[in-house]
Amino acid sequence: MEAMLRDNPHFKDYILHLADTSLILAQRLCEWCGHGPILEQDIALSNIALDLLGQAGNYYEYAAGLGDNGETADSLAMLRSEREYKNLLLVELPNGDFGRTVARQFFFASFQDLWLRQLLQAKDLKLRAIAEKTLKETRYHLRWSSEWVIRLGDGTEESHRRMQEAVDYLLPFLGEFFLPADYEQALVGAGLIPDPANVKVLWEENVLAVLEEATLEANLTDAPVQRGGKQGMHTEYMGYILAELQFMQRAYPGLQW
Amino acid sequence: MTSEEDIWKYLEEVPDPEIPVISVIDLGVVRAVEVGEDGGVRVTITPTYSGCPAMNEIATGIRLKLLENGFRDIQIVEQLSPAWTTGWLSEAGKEKMKAYGIAPPLAVSSGAGLFEEEPEIECPQCGSTDTEPVSQFGSTACKALYQCRTCREPFDYFKCHQ
Repeated sequence: MEAMLRDNPHFKDYILHLADTSLILAQRLCEWCGHGPILEQDIALSNIALDLLGQAGNYYEYAAGLGDNGETADSLAMLRSEREYKNLLLVELPNGDFGRTVARQFFFASFQDLWLRQLLQAKDLKLRAIAEKTLKETRYHLRWSSEWVIRLGDGTEESHRRMQEAVDYLLPFLGEFFLPADYEQALVGAGLIPDPANVKVLWEENVLAVLEEATLEANLTDAPVQRGGKQGMHTEYMGYILAELQFMQRAYPGLQW
Repeated sequence: MTSEEDIWKYLEEVPDPEIPVISVIDLGVVRAVEVGEDGGVRVTITPTYSGCPAMNEIATGIRLKLLENGFRDIQIVEQLSPAWTTGWLSEAGKEKMKAYGIAPPLAVSSGAGLFEEEPEIECPQCGSTDTEPVSQFGSTACKALYQCRTCREPFDYFKCHQ
């Protein structure tokens, strides 16, 4: 069984999807460094970014080892073109204000929390090990972001308005969690990873419980769905992220610390 | 031939790069030491957090310490599972941490419950338990920020990670 998953031609794409999602979200959160609303929250955002970057590193290391064409974790992270990145659209969206960043983190962490538990059942030892490690860190992200969604949603008139705007803005990008890409579908079909649809009902319940406490509204069930990130079809924001992310490696190939 | 026990002893002299008063053994990141028939040494380490930037330095510290003690064939491998827990911190390490000004982890982790009351943490400066959490995220991934209401000093709490 172990060998079956690694030999599956779609497996590497799936690992890259997980890696890219963590990397791009880390890159976005890093933009807050030095700009957070208060020092403690600036540090919190950088801490979360660091966790995500480390998680991405674990996935990239794994993906690099699956190929035999000399790829490294660094070359996968830094030297692919836009269409080759398979991250969720959600994570490449601009940070907006602190409220939108917090809301995006909340939606993402609430999905991660449930999905990583599913991945603990994946038929691959290494993927399970990364999921186990990541899950422990996600707990902090989920709690932090949930509390901020509630504080700001159920806060002042202005913070409430801005949180509701953030939720409305992000809503069309949430359905992509549950719409498998072709490579994902192939692995699900072969019984090698669980079906993301498994966690949809529970995710909606968990999200709505927090939103309700935050006095925010979201129609998760009938929201329009933007998709494409998992297949490499990105928003116009992606190119700018990569330009910044890849600049050093493109300008000074092979540069190391 | 050097025994594995000797190597564990040598590694007690390798400091954690973030909290240099404790060793990598105190921290619990060294999971296994094996000496092969040919004298080659294999040390298995595990990261505290996925993004811990100290891992490379820890690996280098271990390698240098073993070179210093005459080993030449050294392999350091990273292992993710079972995931590191603060349950692996040594008691001596916790004492040293406290003397250094960092409150050591309690056996209870901060809950997933929202706005849940945080455990009572003793101030490493004045010993008061009248302290308050400032943030779950501190100067490094493994620490939370607290402030003492008695002596007013801020301090790091090495958070319980289970």
